[in-house]
Amino acid sequence: MQLNGTRFEFFTVAYLTRIGNLSAGTLAELLAGLEQCSDASIFHHTFQTLSSHHFLTEGFSNDFAQWVLADANRDALAEQLAALDIRDYPSIAALREDLCRVVRAFCEEHPEFARQSALERFYFCESVEVNVPFGFAAANLDEFRDGISRLSHASFFFHFISSRLRLHLRTNDFSHWLANGLGLMPLADNINRIDIYTNTLDSARAKLLRLLDRERRKHEPGADR
Amino acid sequence: MNPVQTASRIPLDDYAAVIGAGELEELRALAKPLQGRSVEMVNSTAVGGGVAEILNRFVPLAEELGLRIRWDVMTGGEDFFAVTKSFHNALHGEPYHPDPRDFDVFRAYTDLNLRRLSLDSEFVVIHDPQPAGLIAARKNSSAHWIWRCHIDLSHPDRAVWDFLEPFVSKYDGAIFSSPEFARQLSIPQYLFHPAIDPLSEKNRELPPEFIADVLPRYQIDPLRPILTQISRFDRLKDPVGVIRAYRIVKRYLDCQLVLAGGSASDDPEGAEVLKEVQHAAAGDPDIKVLELPAWAPLEVNALQRASTIVIQKSLREGFGLTVSEALWKKKPVVASAVGGIPTQVIHKHTGLLAHSVEGTAYQVRFLLSHPEIAARLGERGHAHVKENFLITQKLKRYLTLFLMLAGNSGG
Repeated sequence: MQLNGTRFEFFTVAYLTRIGNLSAGTLAELLAGLEQCSDASIFHHTFQTLSSHHFLTEGFSNDFAQWVLADANRDALAEQLAALDIRDYPSIAALREDLCRVVRAFCEEHPEFARQSALERFYFCESVEVNVPFGFAAANLDEFRDGISRLSHASFFFHFISSRLRLHLRTNDFSHWLANGLGLMPLADNINRIDIYTNTLDSARAKLLRLLDRERRKHEPGADR
Repeated sequence: MNPVQTASRIPLDDYAAVIGAGELEELRALAKPLQGRSVEMVNSTAVGGGVAEILNRFVPLAEELGLRIRWDVMTGGEDFFAVTKSFHNALHGEPYHPDPRDFDVFRAYTDLNLRRLSLDSEFVVIHDPQPAGLIAARKNSSAHWIWRCHIDLSHPDRAVWDFLEPFVSKYDGAIFSSPEFARQLSIPQYLFHPAIDPLSEKNRELPPEFIADVLPRYQIDPLRPILTQISRFDRLKDPVGVIRAYRIVKRYLDCQLVLAGGSASDDPEGAEVLKEVQHAAAGDPDIKVLELPAWAPLEVNALQRASTIVIQKSLREGFGLTVSEALWKKKPVVASAVGGIPTQVIHKHTGLLAHSVEGTAYQVRFLLSHPEIAARLGERGHAHVKENFLITQKLKRYLTLFLMLAGNSGG
């Protein structure tokens, strides 16, 4: 969506949370829910929740892991679920498969815990996405930097993280455009390596801007002397 | 029929300092496709109550974003509000003995308001059960009607719900404050968290000298740790349990306890609970039980900001926005894991949860002994509220809802 000729068009995104009809009070029910819920629900409890909790950079990864830790009181399983890195998944189907695999293996290994009641129920919700153009675009590195510095958190996350699901690639909109639109492959790679789990969206953006500034300095007149 | 004139007008630009220019620009981008579109909010009171407080601040902001928004209030006699009050309690699960005349009163006032109100906007948002029957005005129009339910519908009285459900099922969607409060309905249900206004008197920054002036008024020592619970005097807020937890803490660490709530003079049950609290606090000069006039927003703000730890030891809770108020002020919070509290207090991330008097005392002792952890929780709590529970987020959710209903859904 962002490649318009060689222009990068910035979008912003907003999500409505739709309350689903599934809920879980045990790990066995969580597994059943994971198998049955919509793709929008898996997205909501993984991608979307990481965006709305981006300021938690120690140990918060997704809603499933947090519920297993805080309400089902199963630290080892929570750790395994938290370790699933959404950047490794270019599709929701692949992510769902791994979530189910991890919970299923735990339930098979510990059937005594699978039907134990959690403190509070887990309610499956889903994200309904609405996106609109932010109203500005970039045709070169300077405009690109300016655009990124003006983005909201949601917009930054949309282009930097959830874009993987749109592109079906292990990259993001920014890196994709820098590589394919401007031919700046090393910069694109460096940007793609910024860790969203150990950074807030603000610190991730600051790192990205620093990388862009370094690149811009290389192209300043006299920089090659 | 004249719409309600809102009392509070804080320019949208003033929020840039709080949420950042990018977030504000995003609101404007989302509002752009909705320029000039009409929105009507309807509730049952222009003053008093949480919904009126929210609309007073929400409507001018939406207007500034270019929506043609109006706020109408349905009228009713004492008989109507007596019926809807009993409906309200029954929907919360309290015992109710259905009287067919109650339903007739509800229908009669619905008909009266159907004749009074315009209800011709493109987006109509009806707040709570009192005006739910106004959906009859929709007829065959293409307008989008949404029911915003601010109460917990998880265990409603059957008779009242059976009466209301046929109205509710005619809407395009319903909004609840928590997934736990929703019901199995044939229409889509959405989650909108309640929100605080960071620029209101209850939440805005205060000069340190103002806070320093407030404490001596209540003989609170600013140099010793202050534990605070702000809530009305209601058994479900467990103020006596808070005193018991404080007494356990006090065995190990010096501290003071402030229990502050609104005046209980016009609430017989509140007055009774206040007496119980005063009795439990008797003889300890370090426990301050404060009855504040009409919630005195600036004083509540000052007390929260002066606190070392804020407690919310509710036995049952709706959303519990006092928790967000405390988190916004970067206070470490120890709270019960009930209702909407765990959404705000993510255990060990944005505060600490407890399930008992002893657990509350333990968490308070832990935080008093580890001020660096308390400070970190407070910082993250502030970030959590900024990201999820401010009025600007509420504005964003409504814009998103209207865009989706208007067919701008992107995914």
